Amino acid sequence: MCLGIPAKIINLDGDYADADIDGATIRIGLQLLENVRKGDYVLVHTGYALEKLSEKDALETLELIRRLEEMDPEKPDTPA
Amino acid sequence: MKFTEDFRNEGLVNKLLAQIRRISKRPIRIMEVCGGHTMAIRKYGIHDLLPPTIDLLSGPGCPVCVTDQHFIDLAISYAKQPHNILLIYGDLLRVPGSYSSLDHEKAKGADIRIIYSTIQALEVARYNPDKKIIFVAIGFETTVPGTALAILQAFGENLKNFYIISAHKTMPEAMESLIEEGIPIDGYIGPGHVSSITGSKIFMPLAEKYHIPVVISGFEPVDILQSVMMVSSMIEEGRSGVEIQYKRLVSVEGNRKAQKLVQEVFEPCTLKWRGMGEIPGSGLRLRKKYQNHDAVIQIPVKVTSGAEPKGCICGQILKGMKKPVDCALFGKKCTPSNPVGACMVSTEGACQAYFNYQSVI
Amino acid sequence: MNQEIIRIGHGSGGRLSRELIHQVFLKHFSNPVLNQLGDAAWLDPQNLPLAFTTDSYVIDPVFFPGGDIGQLAVSGTVNDLCVAGAQPVWMSAGFIIEEGFLISDLEEIAISMARESVRAGISIVAGDTKVVKRGQCDKIFINTSGIGILPKSRLHLKEGGDVHPGDKIIVTGTLGNHSIAVLSAREGLHLEENITSDAMPLNSLTEKILEIPDEIRFMRDITRGGLATILVETCENKSFGIQIHENKIPVNRSVRSVCELYGFDPVYLANEGKIMLVVRQGSEEQVLSRIKTHEYGKDAAIIGEITDTNPGKAVIISSIGGRRMIDMLSGEMLPRIC
Repeated sequence: MCLGIPAKIINLDGDYADADIDGATIRIGLQLLENVRKGDYVLVHTGYALEKLSEKDALETLELIRRLEEMDPEKPDTPA
Repeated sequence: MKFTEDFRNEGLVNKLLAQIRRISKRPIRIMEVCGGHTMAIRKYGIHDLLPPTIDLLSGPGCPVCVTDQHFIDLAISYAKQPHNILLIYGDLLRVPGSYSSLDHEKAKGADIRIIYSTIQALEVARYNPDKKIIFVAIGFETTVPGTALAILQAFGENLKNFYIISAHKTMPEAMESLIEEGIPIDGYIGPGHVSSITGSKIFMPLAEKYHIPVVISGFEPVDILQSVMMVSSMIEEGRSGVEIQYKRLVSVEGNRKAQKLVQEVFEPCTLKWRGMGEIPGSGLRLRKKYQNHDAVIQIPVKVTSGAEPKGCICGQILKGMKKPVDCALFGKKCTPSNPVGACMVSTEGACQAYFNYQSVI
Repeated sequence: MNQEIIRIGHGSGGRLSRELIHQVFLKHFSNPVLNQLGDAAWLDPQNLPLAFTTDSYVIDPVFFPGGDIGQLAVSGTVNDLCVAGAQPVWMSAGFIIEEGFLISDLEEIAISMARESVRAGISIVAGDTKVVKRGQCDKIFINTSGIGILPKSRLHLKEGGDVHPGDKIIVTGTLGNHSIAVLSAREGLHLEENITSDAMPLNSLTEKILEIPDEIRFMRDITRGGLATILVETCENKSFGIQIHENKIPVNRSVRSVCELYGFDPVYLANEGKIMLVVRQGSEEQVLSRIKTHEYGKDAAIIGEITDTNPGKAVIISSIGGRRMIDMLSGEMLPRIC
């Protein structure tokens, strides 16, 4: 049961929040988290926010991959 | 920064594939244990892009598929009783029990409703005080906190008509049992959303005991490929242990608040996994304090179960011993529209994933 | 607001039935053929080849963002005729209504059907009404059957008859709008983009497409089962295959996000106003430009081609370049949790 979707908190309402999933707004439960703020990104699963998503870590992960070697050994004339 | 789009970038995918091709020298078997990974790998055609040295196995990561036939029969028995409303997550509808399925019972008039969240389950219970609401709680550690919250809420509100039947399961014990059984696995791709709750720490004992690499992975193609790269690298270098690829969400400790809620409501128990038999400590049942909401204890029902369907090798497929194409029934007697086994019913099951997203020869 | 409801008597054929027919149906569908109220409609197809289709509509909710069951009942049937290359002319409408249904709702549906029929240039010339006891049907079910006239220049538009490897595949707009509009109404989702059902009669669009009929091999209305089902039906058991590119399939951002949330795949979503067409190799750019000049074709795109590899199979190239085969939708699309 892993279907999780990133959502951005746009409005807090006690134990609940309205969150933006890039094109739609959904209502989610925040009971599993503490100190959720407007603008935070969370991972939503079966209507609840499971954890916060870190933009910093996301960018670092992407950067790490970008720095991998350019050339593909199987296709020497094509940049990877 | 787009949390989904950026992790589907074709350029990054190609870099990772190039790196994997550089690293991967000898044939290795990597198993993923999450239905979400099974789906993503087939949907994006990742199996089509990896070098032939890497064999990606699908393990028992589909919670619907590993739900024992008897449990489905139990759910069906509750559904058949008048004045009951059975609440389920969608996939469970078409899983065959011994003699029927929830879909079949629904067509005959049973009040079976699909919900997306336990928040909805509580609402149904509140709006129907004269009925007994039975929530069929399946899922791994990702989904358990949702059930725990519902139980705490129901307990607090004294919502007497809200019950659950639990087939909730935990992963590490099953992953261990596969290795104990001698299934050749060189490395695991670990479940990313389970780990967001539990922390990657729960996989450390097995990584250490069996000297095996476990990489906790996200679900986008870039995540999966980076994880394959990391596992391959660890295998080639003879390294073991748990590493986190899904750094933006997963930590070693996990979500402590969610863990405490789960521990408050549930305790470990032995549970039967379809195709794998009983695995000690791999299930979750309600603690005594909350047993007023346990349907099996409060409103027991008679259940008749039969043998598993002949020729169905779901069990071996769930253990990664065989591939769907190895099953004599696959694509012939057993198809998504007419499934014989659970692996074909669930959209996360290996068989349905293989059928719907077949490899291009 | 008028709270008068449908009663069993309204379907019994007697005075109450007659009153209902005049009060609701004749009032809004009036035309010389229907007004005769004969047991059958007398039609004159003037020796031309005919296309004939039938469909039943059981949608829930009955009223949804962008339309209602009546509008759907007309446009759905009209579109099946249009994609066959026919000009829709005559239609029948059969109603099965649950006792207790509001007559004002029925009238609203009739008004929608009348409006849609005028837009499509079709006349409702035959009809029937039955009423069933409460609980024996879900509010209202409608069946419409339609007849269209096929001009000789379009007789080649038969299913997959004249398709060659190298021919291109076009869809006339974004996929999944109807499904997601209905789902969001049922589940109370708030979508940023105004996703309404794309149910609409497509005659003017198909007339535009067929301005040069020889360029078009074949058309299909992408309804239930979605694009994937149509693609598989097109090439199944044939000597050619299909290959499409996932990142070329037009899908609105909101629709995509809701699909992610529920674990749906846009290629399996039902549409009500979108066409898939197979175009003669070399003509695809002209056809695409033509479609884009039409208000319902602004988001049209070339999504793939007919191939001589993998005969009988439909292949998708994913957004990251991996290939997989697709199959038809089997059973109901259930929301995934995982």
